Amino acid sequence: MAWYSEPTAVKKKSIEDLWIKCKKCQSHIYKSEWEENLNVCPSCNYHGSITSYERINLLFDKNTFKELFNNISPIDSLKFIDLKGSYKDKYETAIKKTGISESVVTGHGKINGIEAVVAVMDFRFLGGSLGSATGEKILQAANYAYDNNLPYIVFSASGGARMQEGVLSLMQMAKTCAGIARLNKKNIPYISVLTNPTTGGVSASYAMMGDLNISEPGALIAFAGRRVIEQTIGEKLPDDFQTSEYLLKHGFMDSIVDRKNMKNYLSNVLSFYNR
Amino acid sequence: MTKNKKSISSAWDVVNISRHPNRPILQDYLSLIFTNFVELHGDRYYSDDLAMIGGFAEIGDQKVMLIGHNKGKNVNENIERNFGMANPDGYRKALRLMKLAERFNIPIVTIIDTPGAFPGLEAEERGQAEAIAKNLTEMASLEVPVICVVIGEGGSGGALGIGVGDKILMLSNSIYSVISPEGCASILWRDAKFAPDAAEALNLTASALHKHGVIDEIIEEPGEGAHTNYEKIAESVKSSILRNLEKYINVSIEELIQRRFEKYSGMGKFSVNN
Ligand SMILES: [Zn+2]
Repeated sequence: MAWYSEPTAVKKKSIEDLWIKCKKCQSHIYKSEWEENLNVCPSCNYHGSITSYERINLLFDKNTFKELFNNISPIDSLKFIDLKGSYKDKYETAIKKTGISESVVTGHGKINGIEAVVAVMDFRFLGGSLGSATGEKILQAANYAYDNNLPYIVFSASGGARMQEGVLSLMQMAKTCAGIARLNKKNIPYISVLTNPTTGGVSASYAMMGDLNISEPGALIAFAGRRVIEQTIGEKLPDDFQTSEYLLKHGFMDSIVDRKNMKNYLSNVLSFYNR
Repeated sequence: MTKNKKSISSAWDVVNISRHPNRPILQDYLSLIFTNFVELHGDRYYSDDLAMIGGFAEIGDQKVMLIGHNKGKNVNENIERNFGMANPDGYRKALRLMKLAERFNIPIVTIIDTPGAFPGLEAEERGQAEAIAKNLTEMASLEVPVICVVIGEGGSGGALGIGVGDKILMLSNSIYSVISPEGCASILWRDAKFAPDAAEALNLTASALHKHGVIDEIIEEPGEGAHTNYEKIAESVKSSILRNLEKYINVSIEELIQRRFEKYSGMGKFSVNN
């Protein structure tokens, strides 16, 4: 189910690496301007990807975030080897490259003064794929919210279940949803923020189960891949197919929120929670 | 090459047996081991998805809610039933029947046999992802026992969408996978013809999944596979379902849900560094 592996923002190869080329409108933007604008294109509002810690910095009040469960990391229990080598080599490279131990960072902190638990996925880590350790962290964070009666927010950015863990990764869909089911029973709010991309097994589990489903503009949100669908039905698909805007139109999103407004949006809706 | 019954066949051999054109499907088990089937139609939102059927049924002395993927026996049946690939409507019908079983206080038996949830335009438009996600969430806290039996193909999220239960049983030549071997091969090997390698790597057989703690019981198939003796495999499936249902007779609702939560909390392998 992890069929999405395209990079979200293509860096233009330049000697100084001073420019970013927007993937959507193709404009060249100063890297510093791009970063100041939270990795959002100033000309077309394309929301590029950001790392877990960048998002955490945008979200939480200064010095309030406390990371949890960062001692959980993948193992290669199937000894999976494909054409390009072993799964073990792949995740070890990802750990080195990103400095995080899995495709999600979990913790808690204050959002405009409101305490909340978060899980923030990072697309750089094996395409944000859902592995056993990812599922464990997302469940542990849900359990932390459950035990402490705190709202839970998950930011998804994922191609789907991690093929290299076989059905163990598929089972993470059921495992994470079991955590969400307990929050529902206890009336603890769960907000899902779907960012580009949220596809396959992640969209078909916790990401779609928010009391509120929020997304950033223009995000790809899908169950099956566009190419697979075109091959199956032999028809051309609408241009806006599987975008945040398409899902909003069809009733699956509560709102589309710009990155710069996300923090205030979340603290505002959480302020309505009255238990 | 001759094989004795317990020979170690390759994962790809198992894939082929699981897809054998004569492999018994839900309708065979329906006529061989279930009685008094009262089919219930429709999801109450959009349609009656023929790829997923369900209703009241009896197995032995036990009344159950039977729900399952509905493959066909021939091309016409398969076209009508979309090859057992359900749309969101099918998953929503399944959930409606599960909630009905909960109200009636009868256990649920799900029969899993699908290449996957249908990848179509309308499926996306009507929320395939949401429909499956909802089932996973609701099934986690159903207040009646749920027994799931993989009889053929356990295709990814489409299988899991009716596959969260207290006991997961698998026929010995059935498969359960996060992605089809062909799909995996075309992504990770850049060519679908490496499907046999992908099948091996994915650990999609009943024996591999039992070893990894994903399933609870393997139902041994007769001879060269279930297709060689319908009566025999049907009897084995029946006795396995009944034996597993019996385990829940004296289990309270609280304990049932707690145990199911613990079962799924324990899924997966990872490392914890202190
Ligand atoms: Zn742009």
